Amino acid sequence: MKIPFLMTAVLLIAAPAHAMHISEGILPLPWAVAWYAVALPFVALGIRQVNRMSRQDLSFKPLAGLMAAVVFIISCMPVPVPTAGTCSHPCGTGMAAILLGPFVSSLIAAVALLFQALFLSHGGLSTWGANVFSMGVIGSVAGYFAFKGLRAMGASLAVSAFFAGVQADWATYMVTSVELASGIRGNEPFLPLLEKILLAFVPTQLPLGLLEGAMTAGMVLLLYRKRPDILVAMRVIKAGEVKANG
Amino acid sequence: MDKKSGARNILKTSACSHWIFIVALSLVSFSFCPAIAPRAEPWPGVDETVVEKFAREHSRESREPLINTDQGDLLLFAFLLAGTAGGFAAGYYWRMLLEGKTKAKVSSRLRK
Repeated sequence: MKIPFLMTAVLLIAAPAHAMHISEGILPLPWAVAWYAVALPFVALGIRQVNRMSRQDLSFKPLAGLMAAVVFIISCMPVPVPTAGTCSHPCGTGMAAILLGPFVSSLIAAVALLFQALFLSHGGLSTWGANVFSMGVIGSVAGYFAFKGLRAMGASLAVSAFFAGVQADWATYMVTSVELASGIRGNEPFLPLLEKILLAFVPTQLPLGLLEGAMTAGMVLLLYRKRPDILVAMRVIKAGEVKANG
Repeated sequence: MDKKSGARNILKTSACSHWIFIVALSLVSFSFCPAIAPRAEPWPGVDETVVEKFAREHSRESREPLINTDQGDLLLFAFLLAGTAGGFAAGYYWRMLLEGKTKAKVSSRLRK
């Protein structure tokens, strides 16, 4: 029981976050509804995949539980970035997507964002669809394909996981910028406003994306050392790679 | 050696991994170093400095959330509770994953 208590003690230093989710009421109703409509099919696919995979593999449930807790904590953990003088948070969806696939990762992010919107004044219920789409869906898909692409090119596990984390973080903020620009622009041209918002995110998110990459690589390598069989079961690595490395 | 396999070999080398991590670590350390940081703002979130700022400029204000925990120390309490629950869950499931490994080892030894 030492590990849960130790992790709990470490996490007790958490402080109220003011971070990147789009706050309640920022998006006009038609845009809020549209982002719900775009995000919900991915969440539904995630539910379907969770049911299927938990029947197939007994180690899936604890891994999904671990990832859900990690994504929830990471995505409401404010990290100060002194170059920008601001705080923001990593997303954790790249890590979850590598280990569980993009749909399950989208579902995990959706649940985390719902709890944050309801109880932590973080994000909002009206903007939940937009936040799920940017962090859950796009973060997961970008991280997953970056990882698979680099692995197909022969990159090592650590390098692939690092870039998947970076890609998941940066893609999330790009899509958040698109959602914000399209929702608030009124009669203003879309592209110049998008450019301004993207540039405003850069000083905070550029270093934070690298931090997220390091966290993702660390988690994947830790699992590789402790439970490589799970990575094989989840098709993250091939069985031959475990044997080859002893 | 064709171009594709050349790129693969570069990515496979441990020197490449080390180089990437050194650069990433340097950039992260550089940006998190307080000595070189600007000192104007007391750590506002990007929701204030980017999202809400641009929204306000375009006449969109954020609304109070349905359950407003952002009142005095209530938000601190909510975050501590969330951190405790999340941390405990993470530790619990991590232990379950490692116990699964131990159980598999014991059962394979018993079979032998």
